[in-house]
Amino acid sequence: MMRFILPFVVFVVLAVFLFVGLNLNPREVPSPLVGKSAPAFTLPQLHEPAKQFSPADMKGQVWLLNVWASWCVSCKEEHPVLMELSRRNMVPIYGLDYKDKQADAELWLKKGGDPYVLSVADAEGRIGIDYGVYGVPETYVIDKQGVIQYKQIGPVTPQSLTEKILPLVAELQAK
Amino acid sequence: MRYLLILMLSLLPVFAHAGEAKDMAEDPVLEQRMIGLAEKLRCLVCQNESLASSHAELAEDLRREVREQMQKGMTDQEIIDYLVSRYGDFVLYDPPVKTSTLVLWYGPFALLLIGAGVLVYQLRKRRSQIAEPQISAEDSRRAAELLDQTNSPEELNKKDRQA
Repeated sequence: MMRFILPFVVFVVLAVFLFVGLNLNPREVPSPLVGKSAPAFTLPQLHEPAKQFSPADMKGQVWLLNVWASWCVSCKEEHPVLMELSRRNMVPIYGLDYKDKQADAELWLKKGGDPYVLSVADAEGRIGIDYGVYGVPETYVIDKQGVIQYKQIGPVTPQSLTEKILPLVAELQAK
Repeated sequence: MRYLLILMLSLLPVFAHAGEAKDMAEDPVLEQRMIGLAEKLRCLVCQNESLASSHAELAEDLRREVREQMQKGMTDQEIIDYLVSRYGDFVLYDPPVKTSTLVLWYGPFALLLIGAGVLVYQLRKRRSQIAEPQISAEDSRRAAELLDQTNSPEELNKKDRQA
């Protein structure tokens, strides 16, 4: 009996490991920044380059930092979701326009609508590196103390909003 | 006219020069150091390429970042620490030994030990299972006779001739 049970157990364990492995996304690199303070920066605002924005301005508020670009294909998919979210007025969304041309970025927002309270321009992608951005779009949930609580890699979907982001935002706002 | 043209064309290489590697020429020693470090780092976009060989835009930006940090006088370890704090251990081709990577580092050796253990166990079990076969006196006499026949050269030659 033992000679059948043992290989069977080994097989099941292997199968479970491989099955879980199949469902993992190797493109999703867990961010070491979750639980840490959002890196500081001061960047010119996209629409009014004379004015600056810094994450420190957001102390005391829960907010989303969405990394986007007019050249980014998945951002198109994400855009209506962000528009809907901004209409619902639940959490302010700030945009980090990553490695973009100002004219392209403004045209993109004019065409598709602007879900952001404001966007800042990271033309050279330096702030992106500081935030560990490696694939646009990415979205950070930042709490009242300025700590990154969650990072969404890839587009925000209605599912990720209802399952993860909005419950987290509500919880953080209540704190 | 033709000679003038040939003369002009032959002068062309004088004005031609390589346009690439703009940032490399500035400080070859630093560039060498940067490439050496970048070879140990993984590009986040094309995940099986090193930062040194990748042509992804992010890789270029990261190389610029590494270069600038080197110019600021940071050590290789400080730069690696910075990148790990931003992108996680994933940027390292050589994962550090931690509790979460213990299985990765020592798992193969554990498997090897388990395999060796099973092998030794099975071999011991088999030795006890295969008992020395008992041969009757008659059988051993016949065996000796057969061996005798075939081993003596004359017998073999005789057989060959018959055949």
